[in-house]
Amino acid sequence: MSECELLNRIGEVQFICVELNLYLDTHPEDQDARNDYIAYSRLLEGLIREYEAEYEPLLGFGHSPTDKGCWVCSKWPWEKN
Amino acid sequence: MWIYQKKLEFPINIKDPDLRIAKALMAQYGGPDSELSAGMRYLTQRFTMPDDRVRATLNDIGTEEIAHWEMIGTMIHQTVGGASLSELEAAGLAGYYTMHGRGVYPADPNGVPFTASYIQSTGDPVTDIWEDMAAEQKARTTYEHIMNLTDCEQYLAPLRFLREREVVHFQRFAECHNILREIYPDGKQNKLRR
Repeated sequence: MSECELLNRIGEVQFICVELNLYLDTHPEDQDARNDYIAYSRLLEGLIREYEAEYEPLLGFGHSPTDKGCWVCSKWPWEKN
Repeated sequence: MWIYQKKLEFPINIKDPDLRIAKALMAQYGGPDSELSAGMRYLTQRFTMPDDRVRATLNDIGTEEIAHWEMIGTMIHQTVGGASLSELEAAGLAGYYTMHGRGVYPADPNGVPFTASYIQSTGDPVTDIWEDMAAEQKARTTYEHIMNLTDCEQYLAPLRFLREREVVHFQRFAECHNILREIYPDGKQNKLRR
């Protein structure tokens, strides 16, 4: 996957996680949703690690253990493509 | 503690800037029903929320609102950042330029600066959740007004996403309201001293 495709895929999977997380906040007993949340969280983690191994660190404060790219000089999200 | 992720929640790339829309978007960056108000409101109310589920909802929706605030700031920045002085003046942004240049500042489209008086935190869980449900509806309405002002897909796609989030958040807060009603069926969630 290209950098852009991979970022879009991360965005899609993360959105599923956001939705499931908010749903589980008011339905913590829903075991099906919990299973989905764990499965998509694992998928998301894998995609982020894949992105970081190839391109740039995505997270600050110690959550992106990668020597690839550069936190300071990679583009900020508000900069135009 | 929060961890920053160096990406937007939904992609934004404004290639055809429209300063009228940047001005309208300021409603959601620094207005009373803005994403800034929403995030500050929920993250502040959560401290006294007595139910685990409702506390988690305030925490997590509050966190998502900050990501939405970043999206609005991005749209304003990508629109105002490259504008000429005559374009800014023609869009009614001469006053904004005088005060803030091409910076992104939390004020509404009429230049009224953001204030904490836009939000409330009463310590009464039911009262606070009613405010949050109303806030989500007001933000949805505001997004619809902004969307009515443009046909440009570069603005409409992220705005459609943000409008839909208001609908989902309202749904979650409505569930929170039902949870609190079960806990306090007599409506006495706020102790009277006398």
